[in-house]
Amino acid sequence: MKIVVYIKHVPDTNEVKLDPVTNTLIRDGLPSIINHDDKSGIEAALRIKEQVGGDSTVTVVCMGPPQADVALREALAMGCDNAVLLSSREFGGSDTLATSTIVAAGVAKLDYDLVITGRQAIDGDTAQVGPQIAEHLGLPQVSYAEEVVEITNDYIVVKRQFEDRYHIIKVKLPCLITALAELAEPRYMSVAGIEKAYATDITVLDYEAMKDVLPLEKIGLNGSPTNVKRSFGKQAKGAGTVLADLTPDEAVQAIIAKLEEKYII
Amino acid sequence: MSEHKDIFVVVEQRDSEVQKVGLELIGEATRLRDELDPNQKVVGVILGENVKGAADLLFQYGADKVIAIEDAMLKEYVTEPYAKALVQLINDKNPEIVLFGATSIGRDLAPRVSSRVGTGLTADCTKLTIEIDERDEVPRKLLFMTRPAFGGNVMATILCKRTWPQMATVRPGVMKALEKKADAKGELEEYKVAFEAKDMNVEIMEVVKATNKSTDITEAKYLISGGRGIGGPEYFETLQKLADVLGGEISASRVAVDSGWIAKDRQVGQTGKTVRPLLYMAFGISGAIQHLAGMDASDLIISVNKDEGAAIFDVSDLGVVGDLKKIVPKLIEALEKYKAAKEVQ
Ligand SMILES: Cc1cc2nc3c(=O)[nH]c(=O)nc-3n(C[C@H](O)[C@H](O)[C@H](O)COP(=O)(O)OP(=O)(O)OC[C@H]3O[C@@H](n4cnc5c(N)ncnc54)[C@H](O)[C@@H]3O)c2cc1C
Repeated sequence: MKIVVYIKHVPDTNEVKLDPVTNTLIRDGLPSIINHDDKSGIEAALRIKEQVGGDSTVTVVCMGPPQADVALREALAMGCDNAVLLSSREFGGSDTLATSTIVAAGVAKLDYDLVITGRQAIDGDTAQVGPQIAEHLGLPQVSYAEEVVEITNDYIVVKRQFEDRYHIIKVKLPCLITALAELAEPRYMSVAGIEKAYATDITVLDYEAMKDVLPLEKIGLNGSPTNVKRSFGKQAKGAGTVLADLTPDEAVQAIIAKLEEKYII
Repeated sequence: MSEHKDIFVVVEQRDSEVQKVGLELIGEATRLRDELDPNQKVVGVILGENVKGAADLLFQYGADKVIAIEDAMLKEYVTEPYAKALVQLINDKNPEIVLFGATSIGRDLAPRVSSRVGTGLTADCTKLTIEIDERDEVPRKLLFMTRPAFGGNVMATILCKRTWPQMATVRPGVMKALEKKADAKGELEEYKVAFEAKDMNVEIMEVVKATNKSTDITEAKYLISGGRGIGGPEYFETLQKLADVLGGEISASRVAVDSGWIAKDRQVGQTGKTVRPLLYMAFGISGAIQHLAGMDASDLIISVNKDEGAAIFDVSDLGVVGDLKKIVPKLIEALEKYKAAKEVQ
């Protein structure tokens, strides 16, 4: 089985700091990581490969600047067989639709039976790219995958999460699934894996390599239907009163007074 | 004049029950419509097997018109039949704006629909306005879609200027539904889509509903929330007592959820739920940006934390620096007395 996993190299939003004066993001020195949900997607792909056996392979695909190569090496070190970097000046400024157009074109150049993406990226949080890739490739999708119940060479059975229920869904291959972080706890890189990762060549596909399937007017800043008009640090709700050095009884009184004032009680 | 008109709200139902976010979005759509062009309509779009009965409810919450698409294939949510129906409807009717709830269904469906229609989509918006982009040579009214990014650290305002419709998903709990008008009426259109067997491209083998009827914290009027500072799962029992006297529900930070102290559906924040209760009380929650992202629009925020530098105080109407373990039991006692005294009166 040919499995393709699409991953994103993202700034670790846990480490994000805001400039206290300008209230904007300090990007310098922000460490980048493989997006959490995507890493769970890599793990799920590796487990499926182990289970199905035969000549199954896992190919990991990432779109980004040349530095995103680190993310692909990490995925190789976890056990992926091949890595593809989609990188080109023309891709810059793409919104989710343009990004998915590029990724779908890249995936279309590969052999695939199953495509896995993470549910959403921690920097953008849109959860759009997976379903959009599926749309471009004409594949059925199962998003919010929490568990792979069964996998054969013909179909996959997935537990799909909703707010108040789950569905057990059977889909014929080829298809696309988007992984929740719960889908599979990622393994660590092995020493042998790290050595192999640096011995493996990463295929780079740029615009030139894909232009037969990639219309320029559908990618990059100019090919993106949505654009960022402005961005700004989050305005904190104006702080109210903070009371310190109260006895517990005084604290209770202050809270009750507030609840009365706002007609809660 | 643009040939695109009307604001469509795709209203989610589960087991024929309209989800609250649909009503919130209809309320928001009426406000946007008033800014955009009072002659346009707010149209609720509802899909399912047997759903047109919900039309009256949508009129009561502000929809001028309801389009119902009914088919046995739409009984349970499956991406392809729902996407096919909406794409046909959008191409047919040319709405100016289409809104979805950013639920697990909305976030599965909307990107599929938008990419097939060939338009943009802005996910998880927390604010929508109608404004003019001053860079435009010919000024026209556009939907300004504002959403958190970078884990809630930054807000970005997004425009979709070259393609139609302008599409967004909006988080549940962020917009406010209108007051219900019992006698409101509107126009109901039954829209037909010709489905084929191949549209059902996945097979649902089993549907399992969450057994212990999970409370939806986004519906709660009052939320009593606990974080790492409460020290362990037992203390949620104490917070539950406080919630009971007030008539509210308990909720939690991610640390409390990840520690296994309470169910995941109670988590507030970026990777949990966005809540907007009349009262949010935070006990032993530091106020990480990912937590604030889910609750800072609450009407009244009261927090207790022993660290006077805790970020939760920055968004609190009333912050009390102190040990919650000493304050909460006394607060429960005082509220019980207060209630008893009121009943006597
Ligand atoms: C991608 C991502 C997504 C996330 N999503 C969410 C999310 O959806 N929701 C969420 O909540 N978090 C989320 N987080 C985690 C978030 O960053 C914080 O780690 C988390 O909110 C902290 O939880 P806490 O406030 O309970 O714990 P802590 O930060 O450890 O705070 C505990 C607080 O309790 C106080 N305290 C301790 N004892 C007492 C006492 N006796 N009396 C009074 N106060 C006391 C302490 O002073 C401290 O302020 C996310 C993180 C990431 C990276």
